[in-house]
Amino acid sequence: MIQREALSPPKVSWAQDGQAVVMTLTGDWLREGPALALEAEPPQHWPERYETGELGEFDSTLPAFLLAHLRSVEAVKDKEPSLLGLPDNLRGLMELALAVPERSDAKGQSDDDSDIKELGKMTLRAWAGIRATVEFVGESVLSFGRFFAGKARFRNSDFWLTLQECGIEALPIVSLISFLIGLILAFVGNVQLTNFGANIFVADLVGIAMVREMGVVMTGIIMSGRTGASFAAHIGSMKANEEIDALKTFGLNPFDFLVLPRLLALLLMMPILTIYANIVGILGGMLVGFFVGIPPVLYWNETLLSVDLTTASLGVFKSFFFAVAIAISGCMQGMRAGNSSAAVGQATTRAVVTSITAIIVLDSAFAAIFTILDI
Amino acid sequence: MSAPMPEPKAKISIRDLTMAYGSYVVMSDLNFDIQSRDIFVIMGGSGCGKSTLLRHLIGLREPAKGTVFYDGENFTTAEPDEREKFIRRFGVMYQSGALWSSLTLAENIALPLEEFTSMTPKAVRELVSYKLALVGLSGYEDYYPSQVSGGMNKRAGIARAMALDPDILFLDEPGAGLDPLSSRRLDDLILRLRDSLGSTVVIVTHELASIFAIANNSVFLDTETRTLGAVGNPSELKDHSDNPNVRRFLNRGKESAVTSP
Repeated sequence: MIQREALSPPKVSWAQDGQAVVMTLTGDWLREGPALALEAEPPQHWPERYETGELGEFDSTLPAFLLAHLRSVEAVKDKEPSLLGLPDNLRGLMELALAVPERSDAKGQSDDDSDIKELGKMTLRAWAGIRATVEFVGESVLSFGRFFAGKARFRNSDFWLTLQECGIEALPIVSLISFLIGLILAFVGNVQLTNFGANIFVADLVGIAMVREMGVVMTGIIMSGRTGASFAAHIGSMKANEEIDALKTFGLNPFDFLVLPRLLALLLMMPILTIYANIVGILGGMLVGFFVGIPPVLYWNETLLSVDLTTASLGVFKSFFFAVAIAISGCMQGMRAGNSSAAVGQATTRAVVTSITAIIVLDSAFAAIFTILDI
Repeated sequence: MSAPMPEPKAKISIRDLTMAYGSYVVMSDLNFDIQSRDIFVIMGGSGCGKSTLLRHLIGLREPAKGTVFYDGENFTTAEPDEREKFIRRFGVMYQSGALWSSLTLAENIALPLEEFTSMTPKAVRELVSYKLALVGLSGYEDYYPSQVSGGMNKRAGIARAMALDPDILFLDEPGAGLDPLSSRRLDDLILRLRDSLGSTVVIVTHELASIFAIANNSVFLDTETRTLGAVGNPSELKDHSDNPNVRRFLNRGKESAVTSP
């Protein structure tokens, strides 16, 4: 920056010259210079003319101030503010800035609504959300119907690819998590049960907890974060890029084409992954058992005694519902995403949040139902 | 509307079309015809609803009021099944190309062929190569849309739009974002395709050079009055339109010397 000897502070004053208002601008108007100190209330009229004899240097701060001032004054109909007396370059900038009038309804979009109005809007949004979900579930059912009638069109390769993504590629993470969950359950159970000298029941605890709850819930949560998010991001960015419109204008139903193969793939893979997670979890418990002195054979037999077929099928039964919840929330958030890259990110977040919430809520509901039915 | 309206004769007829987003009216009371084999340009300032009009024509948005006819048949009130028959005759290229990003260029063009025809895989491959050759993309069959330039994406988009030999080709801003030479080549391509395939082409654009080079008919959407500003050949509208906004637009803001009465 060039060092100047001294900057004089910017000043503005108004003088009445008969009917007309004369605005006098003095000093240096610079971003780094001293700030403007208004000495008097500005008058409620546009100045007729400007005195700029003692105006020093200026940058954008001066035209910005002038524009704000001219806009703050009630506009006179069919009259342009006078720029008489301004230096040529400043006048040029002001003419440019004033050329297009401020769009009055553009500013109105900021929300200065009252709280009650806000509450009403929130309620309407929530209601619209519920309706959209119901519609989406309905569409899925129809699409399923078309699939069984052999009328749904989608690419088989899409289905196999999704099957691979949400099946075999999810195995490592599902293995790790369920093994560790089995391990943790066994450790916690062992500490308590040893107090009663009943640590063989660790096998019962791990077996029942894994098979009824932990296996399917953990798999569901892993798949929400892995597959649900990927569905939402994939479909959402297709939407942002008009690829969904392109499907529609070829007469292809985007629902059959994108949602159905994903739903089918997840419906197929979730139960298999759940069974796998159950077994790996029990193996984790068995490892802890081995270290605390329960021979694996004994542990295995105790597990078989405690986990009967009914118990074992409960988790698998739930996994179908979780699969639907994950696929639907992922695809729905993707399809409803806006047309920008930021919207894709939001859609992904919402997909994961909704599907995890749905899984936990469904699981609680099932827990209540199974208690009532005494299973 | 109780009196039976005469069946419009043109390829595409737009009657009393009003477009709105919720309560915000974008354009109202549009009335114009697009004749067979026309290269018809929808022009107007930024944000005036050109692309919205295109989306109404291809059925992605429902009109707030009014009707769209194809060959005298009502498209707006058609049942979903019938509507699919209309849509089968369209080819649409979107602003960004909108190629399916998980498929290669060849697969993009092959997809509609595989879904809607009973062609053998070999015939599909040949047809795909031919369509890519038409738009000057021979040899790019196995590239993904993200691996080729924006101009190539657009040309591939046109190739995909032509996959099923459509009756009517809709192009949304084909020249936008292209350098002048590529844009010029695209114009030539559109003209040649129209001449040799005999399709009707509807283009959304605001590139004056393209408009004068290819259009033989056009509609101007006026942002100020929120309705149709003028219909006609843009070269004539340039100097002889009654609407000063149209003349200004077509002369890049300079009022033309000849002003019609």
